[in-house]
Amino acid sequence: MQIRTVPLLAAVLTLTAAGGAAAQSINVEYEQFQLPNGLTVILHRDATTPTIATNVWYHVGSGGEIPGRTGFAHLFEHIMFEGSQNVPEGKIDEWFEEVGGSPNGSTSRDRTNYLQTFSSSALDLALFIESDRMGHLLDAMTPASVDGQRDVVKNERRQSYDNRPYGLASQMLTEELYPPSHPYSWPVIGYMDHLSAASYEDVVSFFRRYYAPNNASIAIAGDIDSAEARRLAEKWFADVPAGEPVPTPTAADPVIESTRRIMLEDRVQLPRLYMSWVSPRRFAEHDAAMTALSRLLAGGKNSRLYRRLVYDMQIADDVSAFQSGGRLGGEFQISATARTGHTLAELEAAILEEIERVKAEAPEARELERIVNQYEVSFLEQLEVISAKADQLNEYLYYTGTPDYFNEDIARFRALTPRDLSTAARRFLDRERRVVLSIVPQGRSELAIPDSRLIPAANLEMSPGAR
Amino acid sequence: MSVCEAGTVHGRVGIMAGMCAALMLLGGADGVHAQAGAPDRSVRPAVGEAPDVVLPALQEFTLDNGLRVVLMEKRDIPLVQLNLLIGAGTARDEPSAPGIASMTAAMLDEGAAGRSALEIADAFEMLGARFGVGAGTHAASMSLRVPSRRLAEALSIAADVMLRPDFPVAELDRLRAERLTALVRRYDEPNAIAGTLFSQTLYGADHPYGRADAGTAASLRALTTADLRAFHDRYYRPNNVTAVVVGDTDRAQVERLLGGAFGTWPRADVVRESIADTEQVTGRMIYLVDKPGSTQSIVRLGRIVLPRSTADYYALEVMNVILGGSFTSRLNQNLREDKGYSYGASSGFAWLPAAGPWSASAAVQTHSTGPAIAEFMNELRGMHQPIPADEIDRARNFLAMRYPSGFQSVAGIASRLGEMVQYDLPADYFNRYVDNVLAVTAEDVQRVARQYIDPENVTIFVVGDRQVIEQQVRDLGLGDIRFLEVTDVFGPIPSLDD
Repeated sequence: MQIRTVPLLAAVLTLTAAGGAAAQSINVEYEQFQLPNGLTVILHRDATTPTIATNVWYHVGSGGEIPGRTGFAHLFEHIMFEGSQNVPEGKIDEWFEEVGGSPNGSTSRDRTNYLQTFSSSALDLALFIESDRMGHLLDAMTPASVDGQRDVVKNERRQSYDNRPYGLASQMLTEELYPPSHPYSWPVIGYMDHLSAASYEDVVSFFRRYYAPNNASIAIAGDIDSAEARRLAEKWFADVPAGEPVPTPTAADPVIESTRRIMLEDRVQLPRLYMSWVSPRRFAEHDAAMTALSRLLAGGKNSRLYRRLVYDMQIADDVSAFQSGGRLGGEFQISATARTGHTLAELEAAILEEIERVKAEAPEARELERIVNQYEVSFLEQLEVISAKADQLNEYLYYTGTPDYFNEDIARFRALTPRDLSTAARRFLDRERRVVLSIVPQGRSELAIPDSRLIPAANLEMSPGAR
Repeated sequence: MSVCEAGTVHGRVGIMAGMCAALMLLGGADGVHAQAGAPDRSVRPAVGEAPDVVLPALQEFTLDNGLRVVLMEKRDIPLVQLNLLIGAGTARDEPSAPGIASMTAAMLDEGAAGRSALEIADAFEMLGARFGVGAGTHAASMSLRVPSRRLAEALSIAADVMLRPDFPVAELDRLRAERLTALVRRYDEPNAIAGTLFSQTLYGADHPYGRADAGTAASLRALTTADLRAFHDRYYRPNNVTAVVVGDTDRAQVERLLGGAFGTWPRADVVRESIADTEQVTGRMIYLVDKPGSTQSIVRLGRIVLPRSTADYYALEVMNVILGGSFTSRLNQNLREDKGYSYGASSGFAWLPAAGPWSASAAVQTHSTGPAIAEFMNELRGMHQPIPADEIDRARNFLAMRYPSGFQSVAGIASRLGEMVQYDLPADYFNRYVDNVLAVTAEDVQRVARQYIDPENVTIFVVGDRQVIEQQVRDLGLGDIRFLEVTDVFGPIPSLDD
C-alpha cells in the first residue's frame, strides 16, 4: 500500500444549493435490499479513502430486558466479541487489527450496534466475521466466556458510574422518572446483582430471541463496488436462519403526578443540580422543537442559561441541556454545577424563570436561526466520515423506516418557528411534574434543594430491591 | 443526526480511544461460491492487497510578513478547516508565572476589535462556524471550521480575534474564577490526580512538561491584562505562525483571504523556544495517593523516553502496539480479558519536540490493585523476551492499514498537517509513513523494547483507597513507597470565597 499525493483534478460534489449557513440539500446515495431471511442491507459508496465501515444494528437494547435481568443486552454485546463457530476466541480483534480495524460495539436502550472501519481489501473477511457471529455464535459460547465478560462489565460499571464523580446521576434520574415496569427505568449497564445472576441459559435464550437477521440491519459504507458488496453480503448472510418474528415493544409514557426531589451525598467538591422531564419520543411531534429548545437554553455562550448562570450571574460553573427521544419514551434534562458559595436552590430559581420566559414569549428569530445553522453544519461534518454515515443510515432506518432521512431530518429544524419552541416548553416543561436531583458534597445537605429525599449512597450499584 | 442519548450508551472499548496493518496476505483462498448453498466457513477469507491512498498535493507558501501557509484541497464536502499554530504555547511561560500563555489564548475571543465575547460567539455561530482558541505545550492554536461559502466572513472575525484582542478586565476576572473552580474540581478526579503527579514527578514542577499549564491558584490570582497584552505582543507575530488550511477552497482563494485578513499583521523578532533537558528518573519508586472510598485504583507507570524526532519513532510505535497500544495488546489482554481486573489497560507515548514520556495505565478493582501492578511489571519484563512474529506482523499492519482513515475529514487532515508542522517533519512524511511502519523489523522492536521499556527504572503511581490497598502494594516488594494525600499533589484546596 502506498499513500500518494497528486494534484487535485476533479471534485465530485453531491451537494446541491438550497438556504441557511450550509445551504445544501444532502444527497446520500444508497442501495437497500432485504435478504429472504429478513436481513436489511444498506450500501453506500464513498471512496475518499480506501477504507470501508460496516455497521450492524440489532434491534434490541436494554429496553428489551426483563426486570430482574438488567444489563443483559450490554453484557451480550461483549459476548459477541468472544468468538463464534468459525472464528476462534480472540480472533475477531486480531483479524480486524491486521486490516487496520478496531472493532467496537455499543448498547443503548433501543438497540445494539457493532462497527469497525478497515482496509477496503478486507470486506470479504469482515462480512464473514459478522455473519458468523450472527448465525453461529452459540456453537462457540461457553459458560467461561460469559463469566469472563461478566467481570469486564462489572469493571466497566465501576469505572463509568461508581468511581466517577456524579457518575450515578443518570441511574438515579432514570429510576425516579420511570415506574419500575417501564423498560427505560433501569440503567443500560445494569445492576451488579443482576449481572451476577445472569445465567448461561439466559444468554442463550436472549440470543435466540433477538439476534436474528430479521431483527437486524447492516450498513456497508466506503470504498465499495456496490455489485461486489451485494454479492458478498448475499454470500455470507443468506444462509443465516431467520428467527421468530420479534414483536415491536410498547410502553406507556410515564406520568409524573407531582415534582419529585431526591438528593445524594457524593465524593465531589461542588454541588450539581439535575432536572428531568418526560418528553417526546425520537422523531415524534415536538422532538425537533425540544432539541432546539435544549440548544436555546444551553448551547453555546449566547444560550439563555449559559449567559445568565455562567456568564452574567456567575453562580454556575457549567450548564447543559438535552432532549433524548427513544423508541419507548423521551426525556429532557437540564443540569448545572454551582460555584462555591452558591446553593442549588439559587440555580433552580434562575433556570425555572428562564423556562417560564420561553413559555410566555417566543424566542427571537435570530436565536432560532443560529441554532438551525449550526445544526446544518453538523450534518455536513457527519458526511465526512464513513463510520458516522453507516451508523446514521441504520439509525434512520430503525426509527423512520428509511435510511436516507437526512433531508427530512434537517427539514424538521428548518420548519421550526420561534413559537414552536414556546409551545413545546409549555407542553412538556411543567414545573410541577419534574424529577429534581441534587448531588452535594458529603455532609453538605444544606446546599441541596430543600425537601429532597436523601438516597443512601451505599449499595447504589445494586438493584433497588437489593439495596 | 444523532442527538444525545439518555442512559449512556456503553461502548465495549471505552478508554482506549486513539489506539488501535500490510499487509499480511493471509492464507486461505476465496473460492467461487454458489449463492444458493452455505458458504465455506472453514477457511478464513483472504485479504487482497491494500489499495493506495491518493491525497491531494500539499501546497505551501509564505505571506510577505512571514506567515507560513500549508494547504490541502479537499472539494467533496463544502467545508473548510483553518487552523493557526502560533509559537506561543505554555512552554513560553516563566516558571514563576505559569498560566499566562494559556490565559492569553483563552482570552483572544473574549472581546476583540470592540466586539464583546458574546458578539463574537454569536457571529461565528450564525455562520455555522466552529471556532476555538487554546494553548498546548508548544503552540497556541486557533481552529475554525466553516461552510466554504462563509469562509471569508468567518476569517474576518478570526483576524480580529488574533490581531486585535481587547483583553477586557471583566472577562479576565470571569475566566480566572472559572479556572480556580476547575482547580478545585480536579480534587475529585482520580485520573487528573494520577496524571498531574506523573508529569510533575518525572519532569519537576518547573519544567514545561511538568508544571501546571493552566496556572496555579497563586499565579492565576496575580495575572493582569497587562501580562496578557505583553505576551500577545511578543509572540503573536505572523513570522511565528503557520496556517493549516484543508477543504473546499484553493490556493488563489486562500492567498487572497489570508492576505486580506492577516497581511497587515506586523512581523517582529521572536526568540526561539528552548526546552531544558530533563534528567531521567532512575530506579523504581512507588507513589500511593490516598483516595478513601474508591471502588477502583488508578495505576499509572512510566518514564521519560525520547523526542518525536528520534529515528526509532516507528519501531517504538510498533513495539507499543504490542505492549499496550491496541485491544489485543498484552496489557489489555492480561488485565482485562485474562484477569478481569480492569475494563481496559493501555500504554502510549506523549510525543513532543523534546523527550516526552511513555506511560501505561489502567483503572483496576480496588481489591486487585497489588496483583494488577504485578501484571503490569510482568508485561514490561515480557517485552525483553523474543516477540513472536505474528504479533509484530499484526502490530505493523494495524498501524499501516488504519492510517488512511485519518484522512476522511477536514479536521482529521488538518490535525495531521499540524503534526507535520509542529514536529518539523518532511513534506513527504505522509507518503512514506506506511513504508516506514512496514520496514520495522523484529530486531528493531526487540532492541527498542530492551532499551526503553525498563522494569527496573520506572516510576509507579497509584491513586486509590490506601486502607485497602497499602498492604497489597507493600507485598509486591517493588521498592520504596511514598504515601501522599491529594493535597500533596495539588496543594491545599484553594479558597474561592473572595
